[in-house]
Amino acid sequence: MSNIVLDAKVPEGPLEEKWSNARFDLKLVNPANKRKYEVVIIGSGLAGASAAATLGELGYNVTMITYHDSPRRAHSIAAQGGINAAKNYHNDGDSVFRLFYDTIKGGDYRSREANVYRLAEVSNEIIDQTAAQGVPYGREYGGLLDNRSFGGAQVSRTFYSRGATGQQLLLGAYQAMARQIELGKVKLYNRMEMLDVVVHEGKAVGVVARDLVTGEIRSFSGHAVVLATGGYANAYYLSTMAMMCNGTAVWRAHKHGALFANPSFTQIHPTAIPASEEFQSKLTLMSESLRNDGRIWVPKDKNEARSPDQIPEADRDYFLERRYPAFGNLVPRDVASRAAKVMFDEGYGVGPLKNGVYLDFAEAIGRLGKDVIEQRYGNLFEMYERITDENPYKVPMRIYPAPHYTMGGLWVDYNLMTTIPGLYAIGEANFSDHGGNRLGASALMQGLADGYFVLPNTIGDYLSDQLGTDPVPTDHAAFKAGEKAVKDQIDELIAINGTRSPDYFHRELGKVMIAEVGMARNEEGLKRAIAEIRRLRAEFHKDVKVTGTNESFNQTLEKAGRVADFLELAELMAIDALNRRESCGGHFREESRTPEGEALRDDENYAYVAAWEFNGVGEEPTLHKEQLVFENVELAQRSYK
Amino acid sequence: MDVTLKVWRQDGPEAPGRFETYEATDISDHMSFLEMCDIVNEKLVERGIEPFSIDSDCREGICGMCGIMINGHPHGDQLGTATCQLHMRKFKDGDEIVLEPWKATGFPVIRDLVVDRSSFDRIIEAGGYITVPTGSAPDANMVPVPKAVADIAFDAAACIGCGACVAACPNSAAQLFTSAKLAQLNMVPQGQPERYDRVVSMVDTMEEFFGSCTNHGECEAACPKSITIDFIAMMNKDYIKAKFKNRRLLGQKA
Repeated sequence: MSNIVLDAKVPEGPLEEKWSNARFDLKLVNPANKRKYEVVIIGSGLAGASAAATLGELGYNVTMITYHDSPRRAHSIAAQGGINAAKNYHNDGDSVFRLFYDTIKGGDYRSREANVYRLAEVSNEIIDQTAAQGVPYGREYGGLLDNRSFGGAQVSRTFYSRGATGQQLLLGAYQAMARQIELGKVKLYNRMEMLDVVVHEGKAVGVVARDLVTGEIRSFSGHAVVLATGGYANAYYLSTMAMMCNGTAVWRAHKHGALFANPSFTQIHPTAIPASEEFQSKLTLMSESLRNDGRIWVPKDKNEARSPDQIPEADRDYFLERRYPAFGNLVPRDVASRAAKVMFDEGYGVGPLKNGVYLDFAEAIGRLGKDVIEQRYGNLFEMYERITDENPYKVPMRIYPAPHYTMGGLWVDYNLMTTIPGLYAIGEANFSDHGGNRLGASALMQGLADGYFVLPNTIGDYLSDQLGTDPVPTDHAAFKAGEKAVKDQIDELIAINGTRSPDYFHRELGKVMIAEVGMARNEEGLKRAIAEIRRLRAEFHKDVKVTGTNESFNQTLEKAGRVADFLELAELMAIDALNRRESCGGHFREESRTPEGEALRDDENYAYVAAWEFNGVGEEPTLHKEQLVFENVELAQRSYK
Repeated sequence: MDVTLKVWRQDGPEAPGRFETYEATDISDHMSFLEMCDIVNEKLVERGIEPFSIDSDCREGICGMCGIMINGHPHGDQLGTATCQLHMRKFKDGDEIVLEPWKATGFPVIRDLVVDRSSFDRIIEAGGYITVPTGSAPDANMVPVPKAVADIAFDAAACIGCGACVAACPNSAAQLFTSAKLAQLNMVPQGQPERYDRVVSMVDTMEEFFGSCTNHGECEAACPKSITIDFIAMMNKDYIKAKFKNRRLLGQKA
């Protein structure tokens, strides 16, 4: 496989014309022929549901596989803050180019220009589409759409539905898909977990999945397979992700030959609720929009004992406003997270475990009144109070950075196809649009851009060549081999019959990841992490305990399979971080920083996408580089001062 | 703190159920209810006993995946709270806590505390959408929505589809869920063309799976998103209106 050549298939022409040129050049499928194609989509989040709805509308036959009980549970539902678009409804100087520019710069110049420009371009159509679906966006009194500003941007381009934008957009996409289910164009399989990709004659021809209720191992075939399976930040155990989010689908595709790009790029989100004790199962995110009105500070005295509302202004350090006067509390997530980490590391953390910083609304409540703040953030304040038993209208919130979104994912070309022909990856499952850092309100944008607008155009190019071929039948040897591999792995997990729960290994892995592959990384620590992950993986395969059988609803078995994959994927995350001896966005190598301590890129040596080829578990993977070319932006040191 | 759990165990939809008792010891009151369950379950796994199955995912009160009867109340007795947001500080040392699945014929038990709520998806598939194929939408600001309408549509849209309303209802009715979905779409200008067809087909589908509403109001009390039964009134009004409107349209066609 080492003869892989990474062809990003970026279309010809000036940036502004690339997407229209591509749409003209991509081969089309005649409307009457679309019904002859079967597409298998895994995952029902924003990307998967919007793709299923749109492909169904176009006439394709779609199989939707989700491990949830209902597609509406997909973790996109938890996104709070909003979705960006370059509408310039507020006449504040926004444009497609500015959204493109901010996204490229925010990602620290580690994403592909053409992809990012296309994302900015279709952003406006997403707002139109979703508003027409009845998504209850925030409105002005005149009935028009309202916007807010969001971390990393100096214009108000973020559309929102209170603090539940992800929920509303997901329900919109899910409902559009539900319409296609009723029409028979989308077949839904819920509580069904994809466990392998089936590759035949070099092409993806289907998947093998486990019915989570009965344990039955089943195959699904199609002319193309689309992974819309989200991110893998649960490798850190404590993250803002839902409990079931995992890396299994992308990892197993990777083991079949799909290259994995920038696996170490994880975004650490600055505004999660701090962990209180070891038993904690997840970190709850508080929307970044809170930073619009909240001011972040720590006491100037490390031994401050007063309650925060009793600490006078003079004894507070508003460290973001001090260090970054131009952006202040609205600096991008990686910058805000690292600045907070500096404060904890120096001993200024607040709260019982000294692991938080204050996010204070007293000034905003004084200026705007409690009602306005309640209108804007009421549900978030309520959520905070439920978890911490503290009233954020009275005392400042405590926040802490948490692993949140993985910018890495399967390598895809401009058409969103992986290095396995016929296998696509969309939304967070691919690597393509966020570079080293994801800005606020851009994940929802990418998921929906890929699902509603990009994939439905690009997939035809591949499918048109398959005209006249039937999907490989599921009793074909390729499927039988996949089913056997899956069954063998399950049997092996159950047969270990050790003494430790899958959760134990997951937590241990998380500790290594957050300590050594977290907000700050260095060579020594990463090497330690790799050794430690290997040790833990060996222990897992000797000592994990899976109760019950395959032939029943078995949540322990589900977890064990996912943890087994995390124990392999985590190693690649560390290897990638070790390879990249520069700092960029969410990836901060301590060896590479400016005299002021900010992230320092090395454009000469690292302006590439690191795409890794699998060579076996525990074997050194092969690095392939996609050199990034910047013709429309000038690479500059990011500065938010 | 230490608490005792009485947990409903049922191997499958047809299998007989029973209560099992488990001790949860050294529980911190900062712990969420589900984290407490995790600890109990992890200890069961390490003793080789199959843990009790329980659905949960986001643990932020938004995905709607969690949902069990806690001491006879859906999601416990704290108002406006999903199971995942319930914290152990609401319990006392020595408490006995009873955990049961949602009980309704529309939600068959899969195992232990996990039920099948896909009947809700069937209701959405029957018309819980606005027909707008991708790419055919006008500019978003072409269709203004009065702020008051958008706000109430949001209140309805806040439904997380957890099923607590059905579990709380003495009749196992799904009026609160269905009406919240209908209200969101039927109130906004975008939803008007399909308004009356939508209400008929969603209500008729709902009735295939669930019982009838007799205005107990238990659903509103149990809803973790505090969705109001006013939406049920809206749904009923639209349903009656639809009988007349749709008949006239049918007449015109003939």
